[in-house]
Amino acid sequence: MKTMAEKIWEQHVVVAGDGEPDLLYVDLHLVHEVTSPQAFESLRLANRRVRRPDLTVATMDHDVPTRGGRLAADEIAERQMSALESNCRREGIALYGIGHARQGIVHVIGPELGLTQPGLLIVCGDSHTSTHGAFGALAFGIGTSEVEHVLATQCLRQRRPKTMAVTVDGALPLGVTAKDVALGIIARIGVDGGRGHVIEYRGSTIRALSMEGRMTVCNMTIEGGARAGMVAPDETTVTYLKGRPYAPADAQWDAAIAHWKALATDADAPFDQEVVIDATRLEPYVTWGTNPGQSVPVSGSVPNPVTETDERALAYMALEPGTAMEAIAVDRVFIGSCTNARLEDLRLAASVVRGHSVHPKVRAMVVPGSASVKRLAEAEGLDAVFRQAGFEWRDAGCSMCLGMNPDILGPGERCASTSNRNFEGRQGRGGRTHLVSPPMAAAAAIAGHLVDVREFGKN
Amino acid sequence: MEPFTRVTGVLAPLDRANVDTDQIIPKQFLKRIERSGFGPFLFYDWRRAGNFILDRPAYRGAAVLVTGANFGCGSSREHAAWSLLDAGFRAVIAPSFGDIFKSNSFRSGLLPVELPAPEVAELNRLATEEPGMEITVDLKSRRIRAGGFETAFAIDPFYRECLLNGWDEVALTLRQDGAIARYESTRPAWLPISR
Repeated sequence: MKTMAEKIWEQHVVVAGDGEPDLLYVDLHLVHEVTSPQAFESLRLANRRVRRPDLTVATMDHDVPTRGGRLAADEIAERQMSALESNCRREGIALYGIGHARQGIVHVIGPELGLTQPGLLIVCGDSHTSTHGAFGALAFGIGTSEVEHVLATQCLRQRRPKTMAVTVDGALPLGVTAKDVALGIIARIGVDGGRGHVIEYRGSTIRALSMEGRMTVCNMTIEGGARAGMVAPDETTVTYLKGRPYAPADAQWDAAIAHWKALATDADAPFDQEVVIDATRLEPYVTWGTNPGQSVPVSGSVPNPVTETDERALAYMALEPGTAMEAIAVDRVFIGSCTNARLEDLRLAASVVRGHSVHPKVRAMVVPGSASVKRLAEAEGLDAVFRQAGFEWRDAGCSMCLGMNPDILGPGERCASTSNRNFEGRQGRGGRTHLVSPPMAAAAAIAGHLVDVREFGKN
Repeated sequence: MEPFTRVTGVLAPLDRANVDTDQIIPKQFLKRIERSGFGPFLFYDWRRAGNFILDRPAYRGAAVLVTGANFGCGSSREHAAWSLLDAGFRAVIAPSFGDIFKSNSFRSGLLPVELPAPEVAELNRLATEEPGMEITVDLKSRRIRAGGFETAFAIDPFYRECLLNGWDEVALTLRQDGAIARYESTRPAWLPISR
C-alpha cells in the first residue's frame, strides 16, 4: 500500500541512498532567467555540459517588462535575459523567450504545452514548481546549486519527505474559488504546517475542480511550508492534456494513460498526517497580515494580535484590530501570477467586471500568465471587458507578484492581489498586499475597497 | 564549496519567526548573475528602515545568527544563503528552517542548526543581554558552546560529511554515470522530450 508520492518517488530512484539521500532522476527541468545564471556559470567553469538538454525547457518570466517588449527592460534585466539566451544556445536548450508565442510564466507554460504530465518528476529553480503537482506529478522547487546539479547529471539527491493528506469534501459555496480553498488550507495548517511533507489533495471538492483550479491549490502548497502538493490524475487531467503540443500521441497516448491510472494512492495507504476540510464552510478569504496564513473571511474584521509576529504585521500593514475587512480601501489591483493568471481566472474576473468601471482612485492591471493565455483571452473578448472598465491589459510575465520588473507598488500603496505572497515589500518596498481570488480582486477594483464578491452588484 | 569544520565568532540575535527569503534578500538584488556580492543587501529593507538590531556595533562582523522558527520560508532563491555567507555568517541557529532554504544552505556552505525552541530562546537571551558574546559551533563534534551554555545538535549525516569535506556534490553524482545511463535506458518512450 503506497501513496502516489511514494510510487512516483520509487519509480525515479537511480541509486537508493541506503541511509544517505536517494539519487532521483528528473524527467523535466524547467529553467528561468533569475535562478539559472550562476548554475550555468559554475557548469562552464567546471568544464561540464548539460546532460539532457532535451529534458530541459527555458522561458523568461521574472524580469520581463509587461509592456514595451524587450526594449523596456532595464540594463540588469537585459543582462539576465541575454545570459539565459546564450546559455540555452550553447547547450542546445529550447527557450521560449520574450516575444515568443510560447513565452510565459514557467508554471503556466509547462502545463499548457503538455510538458507537465502525471507521474513525472519535475523541478525548477522556483518555489512555485509545486503547481505542476496538479497533474499528479512530483514537482518541487530547488535552489541554484541544485539547478546546476540537475543540469550536469539530470539527477537530484533528496531525502524522502513525509506525506500529508489534505481532504477537502463538499460543494464550494457560491463566490468561493480554488484560491479560497488554498487560503483556507493554509489558515488551518499554518505557514509551516507542511514543512518536510509532500501534500496530496483529495476529496470531492478537489475532484470537482478544473485543472486550472487544481493548479491554484497546488501552487500555494509552498505557502503552507510543503515543497510539493499533488492531485491524482483523472478524466479531467486526461481531457486537459489530450492534443497539447508535448502530450503523448497515438500509441504512446494509450501507454501513458495506462501508467497514469496506476499512480493513484492505494486504498488504505497510510499518510504521516491527515487534515480534513469541509468545503461547505469555506468563504472568500482576504489576508490582513504579512504571511499567507494571516487571513480572515472577507465578511470578518482585522483580528486582535496574538503574537509579536501579528503585531509587527499589523504595524506594517497599517491596520487597526476590529476594522471591517470591507472598509479597507485599496490603491492598486493586480490580477496575475502563477497562482491566478490562467484563462479560467481571467474569465472569472471578467464576469465580475463586465458592465462596471474601475474606481477612480484605483489603478488596476491584468497580466496574463502566458502569451497563449493572452491570445485566447483576446479571442473571446476578455481584453475588451477589462480595458473598457479601465484595467491595464499587459503582456505575460510574473510582473507585480514579485516586482522584479517595473510593475511595483509604491511605499504605502495598498493592493488587492491574486498572487501568492503578502510578504513585506514583496510587491514593492513599503507596499501592502492583500491576497484574494480573481473575482474578489475584480470586485475590489470596482468598489475601491475590499468587498465581499457574494454581495457585490446586488444593489 | 568551502569546507566547514568549526566556527567561532559573535552571535547575533534576530528574534522573529517566519523570516522569509524576500526579507533576507529583496528581489531588486536578484538580477546579478554572480554568486558573490550579495552581503551589502542582506535584510536590506529592514536595515534601511533604521534601528535594525544587526546594525548595532556589537553585532558587526557576527558569524552566527540565532533566529525564530521557519527561517528562510518562501522563495527558493539561493541568494538568501549567499547573502548571509557574503555578510560573514557561517551558521544560522533556529527551531526550524524552510525546506528549500535548508537545502540551499547545506549546498552553499552555510550551516543550518536546528535546536529545540527553549535552547534557541536561551541563546537569543544570551546574545541580547551580552551583545558581542562569542559562540563556537563545532560540526565535527556537533556541539555548540556560548559562555556557560553548551548543547549538542543533530544534523543530516550526509550533508555533515559534505560540509566537513567541502565536497562537490555534482562530482559525487557524476561517479554514478553508469547507474544514470542504465536508468535512462529504461525510461518509457511516451515521456516528453523538448525537441
